[in-house]
Amino acid sequence: MSQRVRVLVRPKAGILDPQGQAVERALPALGFDGVANVHVGRLIELDVEDASRVGEMCEKLLANPLIEDYEIVEA
Amino acid sequence: MRFGVLRFPGTCDEVDAQLACERVGEATILWHGDRDLQGVDAVVVPGGFSYGDYLRVGAIARFAPIMESVIAFAREGGPVLGICNGFQVLCEAGLLPGALLPNRTLRFVCRQVDLVVEHADTIFTNACAEGERLSIPAKHTTGCWYAPAELHEQVEANGQVLLRYAPGENFNGSLADVAGVRNEAGNVFGLMPHPEHAVDPLTGSTDGLKIFQSIHDHSAARAAA
Repeated sequence: MSQRVRVLVRPKAGILDPQGQAVERALPALGFDGVANVHVGRLIELDVEDASRVGEMCEKLLANPLIEDYEIVEA
Repeated sequence: MRFGVLRFPGTCDEVDAQLACERVGEATILWHGDRDLQGVDAVVVPGGFSYGDYLRVGAIARFAPIMESVIAFAREGGPVLGICNGFQVLCEAGLLPGALLPNRTLRFVCRQVDLVVEHADTIFTNACAEGERLSIPAKHTTGCWYAPAELHEQVEANGQVLLRYAPGENFNGSLADVAGVRNEAGNVFGLMPHPEHAVDPLTGSTDGLKIFQSIHDHSAARAAA
């Protein structure tokens, strides 16, 4: 039985996130005011047989722990 | 001496790198799916978009079969030079400190940049003078070198930064103007600008040749010893 898992990868706090900044600047131009702290990351979806191994996958490949945080969400 | 220049799917600067190497020695292209380094004396990981830059730049290339051999070669003290995408691959492989983030402007930039040689007593810069300026082209979207504060302090304390962008030349936002950094042992070096594109007077600067000349001279001196 495989299980659906989502991995959310984000730039670590304090790391320059020019994509987030660009989105944050673009929203008010479209009339969406009151938006702050926008960060752009990645969503990775996987069907896995052993969800306990996803953390290791994140450390080794899915995220770069030096610059990114990851969060594992089991569906 | 003989250089081995890696080729991954998506690499695009391996032929220029090979031609640059051939100005000072011999060079062989090594395919990513092979494991045999064919007895080369130095390895060049060239620029391009290995594996399409999927997931993160350099993230997938570091697991290529040839990289197992390159990592073993580096651990034994073999000289390894990473250029642009090659630098990114070596950082992902843990052979070099830090990581490359998107340029501060989020734009692809292609321009000639001035670099300052911080240390000239190394495998990769011995043909340069300390404080010398090198004019070398850079072309990338993901070249903002970053390391967490503690790691950055170590790198500086060990004198691992060999090249910095000259004042006003740091277009990508790299921490402390770092353009090129070596490992602690000193036998692995990566830089974002492209020395292999600055080896012929026809293209305006031959400063890049000094990097290849340095590796050659180091190798020759070692062979003679």
